[in-house]
Amino acid sequence: MSNEHHEHKLPFWQKYLFSTDHKTIGIQYGVTSLSFLLFGFFLMMLMRWQLAYPEQAIPFIGKFFGEDRAPGGVMVPTFYNELGAMHGTIMVFLGVVPMGVGCFGNLIVPLQLGAPDMAFPKLNMASYWVFLVGGLTMLVSFFLPGGAANSGWTAYPPLANFATIGQTVWILGMVFLITSSLLGAVNFLTTIIQLRAEGLTFMRLPFFVWGQLITSLLLLLAFPPLEAAGILQLMDRVAHTSFFLPSGLLVSGQPLEVSGGGSVLLWQHLFWFLGHPEVYVILLPAIGIVTEILANNIRKPLWGYKTMVYSVIFLGFMSFIVWAHHMYLTGMGTAISAFFQATTMIISIPSVIVLTCLAISLWGGSIRFNIPMLFTLAFIPMFAMGGLTGLPLGLAAPDVYLHDTYYVIGHFHYVVAPGVIFALFAGIYYWFPKFTGRKMNDLLGHLHFWPTLVLMNCIFFPMLLQGLAGVSRRLYDGGATYAHAQGVLHMNEFVSISAWILGLAQIPFILNLLWSMVKPKNVDSDNPWQSTTLEWQTPTPPGHGNFKELPVVYRGPYEYSVPGASEDFTPQNIKDIK
Amino acid sequence: MDVIPYTVEERKDTGVFNAKLGIWLFLASEVMLFGALFSTYVILRIGAEHWPHGASLLNVPIGTFNTAVLITSSVTMVFSWTSLKENNFARFKNFLGITILLALLFLVVKSFEYGAKFEHHHFPKESTFLAIYFTLTGLHALHIIGGIVVLTYFWGPGSKMWETQADRFTNRIEIVGLYWHFVDLVWIFLFPILYLL
Ligand code: HEM
Ligand SMILES: [Cu+2]
Repeated sequence: MSNEHHEHKLPFWQKYLFSTDHKTIGIQYGVTSLSFLLFGFFLMMLMRWQLAYPEQAIPFIGKFFGEDRAPGGVMVPTFYNELGAMHGTIMVFLGVVPMGVGCFGNLIVPLQLGAPDMAFPKLNMASYWVFLVGGLTMLVSFFLPGGAANSGWTAYPPLANFATIGQTVWILGMVFLITSSLLGAVNFLTTIIQLRAEGLTFMRLPFFVWGQLITSLLLLLAFPPLEAAGILQLMDRVAHTSFFLPSGLLVSGQPLEVSGGGSVLLWQHLFWFLGHPEVYVILLPAIGIVTEILANNIRKPLWGYKTMVYSVIFLGFMSFIVWAHHMYLTGMGTAISAFFQATTMIISIPSVIVLTCLAISLWGGSIRFNIPMLFTLAFIPMFAMGGLTGLPLGLAAPDVYLHDTYYVIGHFHYVVAPGVIFALFAGIYYWFPKFTGRKMNDLLGHLHFWPTLVLMNCIFFPMLLQGLAGVSRRLYDGGATYAHAQGVLHMNEFVSISAWILGLAQIPFILNLLWSMVKPKNVDSDNPWQSTTLEWQTPTPPGHGNFKELPVVYRGPYEYSVPGASEDFTPQNIKDIK
Repeated sequence: MDVIPYTVEERKDTGVFNAKLGIWLFLASEVMLFGALFSTYVILRIGAEHWPHGASLLNVPIGTFNTAVLITSSVTMVFSWTSLKENNFARFKNFLGITILLALLFLVVKSFEYGAKFEHHHFPKESTFLAIYFTLTGLHALHIIGGIVVLTYFWGPGSKMWETQADRFTNRIEIVGLYWHFVDLVWIFLFPILYLL
């Protein structure tokens, strides 16, 4: 049921390559960022070898890394640092965020708004291509002398000031990525505010759109300070200024030949001013996805929609004044610490409210346990685990002990891996039929879901324990040379093996995705999940311009099981209940 | 259905057309960019043991002259837009042309200032003050250059739109005008901070 007669006859390159259609761009973002996620995952699997078996040659592939990185196949410390920095950077800026915003935002937002496209289609295209250039810049930097950036994804000075040329290219890559996200943010905000269908008031927006709205606002306002910081670091590295170099700094016992007068803390403030909102940029699209799927599969109205909306608005504002909880150990002073720990405790409230609303919504629903719903249901406790383990880090006193340990790694990975990544998987399984006319295979879905859920916990729970024992993060040998790490050292092997099996557990997903694209169409409804929101009221797949005629909205987003209705769902564009 | 609504006319409940909202959002992000850099200036200056008086290193009369140039260009920018509103395309061309020339004049003067500094071997790495000076004015100059490119496009090939979609073209000029005033405003902050304080 496609609306072919709406299709313009476009040449191939315009239809699939330099397309301005939000759906094509969304898919471009999706393919690109899934590839980057996989690549970031490979880097991590290499790191896990070094942590489990320090000083041992990497089997099979070790000899391909060259004498600089792995003489005799044994990883050198700078190579580990390179892998770590690039794993973080790639996962965050090239994987999760472009997947949540660039892919799902692009695909779904205009459809849920009842809009023919994004407000600025050409900017949209530009945003993707600038993103791709930024990503490729990051990849190319692996081939530079000295390799890619190796000062962590946070690029703290003074270390980053003296790092190899890869760090300069990292900054350039970031400038591209920031530009891309700026174009995207302007576009999403304008689209959501201006292109809502007739009758689609703000309080009738699907929660996913709310998530994207706040996300874009954060991207718009939080990224520029990092760009400023990047420019300053670029000046430090290229023009030898001292923005981040204090007076009297000694390097290897020698005083530096620089003017001095800079501040290392300045970088941290600018970085975390982005860094904390970035957490919500990662999280909110995911929360949006699981909310849609949950509402659809409980077959009753969401509990507390308005509360959730006000919570994310509040959360958006608060996320600008919590950043220095990443800096308790820098000696910025107890008064400042006290302020930021208060705001941090406050910001945890709206997140808890949102999760609580989702959990309460389950109560009394006739839940359908399909694959998207399984991932969604797993998201809730996994994300809760990440959130709760974050509380001690938000308080200055326990953070003195926990800061920069594996506890932190365990904490935020609970949020981003079994949390956000699960939501992204859920979204793929859920919306796949809309754009292809095919449902993904259930059996393969189960083979993907269950091992992934178990293994994620096998990986990240031990990290929490190691961190509680005091093992530092970013250790090249996983703690082997530290006395206090000996008791928990044996976990490294278990974690690493789990991580590699986790890699294998993604094979059913990859096969499912590829096979489902080519297998015969097996969905003949435009609305196979019997959903209420507008993206399902289009032809499958939606043609250029999306709707046969622009819809008019008469009701809220989640009118399931309305008394008196003949079916258990009432789409937003239905005027009278039959 | 593939015509995007509100590209020209305003949406009733929001009171703006798409690009107008877009440019305001973009400028909000620019405020954050320059805001972060101005904060950097404040933080480094507070922490510094000694900070040179701007006038002792920079040429205040030239800076004042350049400030006047930019303010004038903002005024001519407004006139070029109102000319379109009054359907006077020829006058629009004149005023936009003057705006571009003034912007170029600003850059020429600025590059002479830079040149004089380099000639006396004053480089960004010499002191925090000079580092800030070159970074901030350099970034501002990049914004001017970007503006010149866009303005020149609308003065030349882009102005053809006037014949086919006059309203839309007028909107576009209003939008770049907003950007241009912003760039002007940034300088109005930069000038006293760097030259006078
Ligand atoms: C199952 C998948 C993943 C595993 C097993 C994993 C594992 C790891 C490990 C072992 C480290 C290094 C710890 C250290 O040496 O200090 C690390 C660091 C990091 N990971 Fe992951 N990771 C995974 C997925 C992700 C995802 C999805 C994201 C982001 C959204 C992410 C973001 C980061 C960041 C930001 C760092 C810090 C890098 C730095 O120290 O600069 N990871 N991860
Ligand atoms: Cu934070």
